[in-house]
Amino acid sequence: MNSKRTDLAVGLFVIAGFAALLFLALKAGNLAALTLNTHTYHVTAKFDNIGGLKARASVRGAGVVVGRVERIDFDNQTYQAVATLELNDRFHFPKDTSAKILTSGLLGEQYVGLDPGGDPDMLKAGDRIESTQSAVVLENLIGQFLFSKAADTSSPAADSGAPAASSAAAPSLAVPSLSTAKPAAKPAGKASP
Amino acid sequence: MSTVNERPLIEISGLTFSYAQRPVLSGIDLQFGHGKVVAVMGASGSGKTTILRLIGGMLKPSAGSVVIDGQALGPLDQEQLYAVRRKMGMLFQFGALFTDLSVFDNVAFPLREHTDLPDAIIHDLVLMKLHAVGLRGAHALRPSQISGGMARRVALARAIALDPEIILYDEPFAGLDPISLSLTANLIRRLNIALGATSVLVTHEVQESFAIADYVYFVSNGRVAAQGTPSELMVTTDPFVRQFVDAAPDGPVPFHYPAPPYSQDLGISP
Amino acid sequence: MIGAIESLGAWCNRHIRAFGLGFRFFVAMLSKVPSALRRRRLIRDQIHFIGNYSLLIILVSGLFIGFVLGLQGYHTLSTYGSEESLGLLVAVSLVRELGPVMTALLYAGRAGTSLTAEIGLMRAGEQISAMEMMAVDPMARVVAPRFVAGVIAMPILALLFSTVGILGGYFVGVRLIGVDSGAFWSQIQGGLTLFRDIGNGMVKSFVFGIAVTFIALYQGFQARPTPEGVARATTRTVVSASLTVLGLDFLLTALMFGGG
Repeated sequence: MNSKRTDLAVGLFVIAGFAALLFLALKAGNLAALTLNTHTYHVTAKFDNIGGLKARASVRGAGVVVGRVERIDFDNQTYQAVATLELNDRFHFPKDTSAKILTSGLLGEQYVGLDPGGDPDMLKAGDRIESTQSAVVLENLIGQFLFSKAADTSSPAADSGAPAASSAAAPSLAVPSLSTAKPAAKPAGKASP
Repeated sequence: MSTVNERPLIEISGLTFSYAQRPVLSGIDLQFGHGKVVAVMGASGSGKTTILRLIGGMLKPSAGSVVIDGQALGPLDQEQLYAVRRKMGMLFQFGALFTDLSVFDNVAFPLREHTDLPDAIIHDLVLMKLHAVGLRGAHALRPSQISGGMARRVALARAIALDPEIILYDEPFAGLDPISLSLTANLIRRLNIALGATSVLVTHEVQESFAIADYVYFVSNGRVAAQGTPSELMVTTDPFVRQFVDAAPDGPVPFHYPAPPYSQDLGISP
Repeated sequence: MIGAIESLGAWCNRHIRAFGLGFRFFVAMLSKVPSALRRRRLIRDQIHFIGNYSLLIILVSGLFIGFVLGLQGYHTLSTYGSEESLGLLVAVSLVRELGPVMTALLYAGRAGTSLTAEIGLMRAGEQISAMEMMAVDPMARVVAPRFVAGVIAMPILALLFSTVGILGGYFVGVRLIGVDSGAFWSQIQGGLTLFRDIGNGMVKSFVFGIAVTFIALYQGFQARPTPEGVARATTRTVVSASLTVLGLDFLLTALMFGGG
């Protein structure tokens, strides 16, 4: 009957389904970028505070994706977070590279940014990045801002009152402090277009 | 009926069946001999089609038995029942052709499902069966493209595709024009002889069925009201058969549906 | 008073019996799936009828849902200055929720009703009885192949819906409104995960495929073999399939995404 035509139609249908799946999969989590090139090496970095960094977050140099965060552990001796970074073999960084935890956009995820140093020796597999900068925690930032604000309006009465005010304001994001903190918060996040 | 030393192919004894609390058959007995055309007649709703479905195993009786070639249908499971059905062919009232298949594919259906015959042989067999019912030229048409009478003939070709031993006909003459009537009656008789099969004909068409049947049962009120050869029944004095054969409007099968007195309904005093 | 309790009991009885019948049908149908899997041509034909014939409505609906998501998403996100996340919003909504659920609802309406009507009419025309009398099990020959085809077709349709929806969102967001194209795709790249989002979405559409196809076949099989019977059965298919899909969606979402 119309056997051949039905075969063709059903075949195309299933292929379209797989194509859609492939399309979605390639759009998801850098699948294409990394699984196609399986030559990678691992380095570690210790942070005081990783903020919202998650495993599989990207590692970027000059904003370009060069690897991903493989694992995040907690070092019970030094009470620091240890992030294992999986870097693409094609990219090598100097031994004194610094790692910073940055945020991409206001709603974006956090990633590890690598700032190269000047050391002629390159990082090898298993090396540790010594210079790190922790993630920015919004509450600490607000606290700092208020503290410095209070220190500026310097009077003994204000001085003694300020530490109390700043320590009270720091732990929580109370509404009044948020309205004063807004200008300070903007530089930390990406400015809206 | 059958010769004395021959066991009937189908034996129905004491068959009782009810449909939604309404008794349809009350301990009815019927026998169908090898190679005979037997007509089961009666008024509409008398349970004739039910008997057919009980023979085919599509319904289970509440009492009594159906024995086909010495095997009772009661205790059979689905696979065994299917094995028995492979020896049967059934012609449904309006053909019941598969509307998504062509005429050819409809007749080929039982061959493809139950045999491993190569396509070439199936092709020839299907055309032979269609030729037997006079529709070989219509094999490429679809059921929606043929008339009701033709559809029934295709269904007949499908029913005999596996050369069954038993052929069941559910009202094969219903709604046919005079030409198709005698055509169908002839086909039933010829096929029965050619296949050496036993045909059970459920109908209320007196003239055509009397012409081809070897034996006739009349069913009324869930029991056999009368039975005999067509010639015997034509001259019987039994009022039930007489009403049927003479097509009289009133008699043992009443004209009026049971009702209170007419004057009472109209509200007039008699 | 007694009458009210009696009728309540009768109502419960009816529904429990119906549930039991449905369950038995489901089990009987599943038991015939292995033999149906061997009849590849039957399944292939059914995938064609169920899948290919639903393509038009699925693709067009997906496109329009994508358009709307693009528009609405843009307006909502712009209040937070996060228009660049539009791609992520569109992609995640579609892949996780809208793709599987909307596809299932449309599928219930288009393919579900045609399955119900087909089976109901086959019963009305005594085709099922004829098949049984020819010693061919209608469950294996008619019902199971359609079930397998439906379960295969549904996830494919959902994937196509999501993909077309994302493209629709891209068209409206980037081409018409002016969101940055690079941001659109990279946000998806960064935020859409393979197992959590796409995988769970596919599991959902697989489960919906089972539910809707089963309901459609069951309603057709036990419809009264009359015109009104078949008509009522098709309505029941759409209603109960839709409600089941929405209920299952809540359950599955809670299971999969409930934690975080």
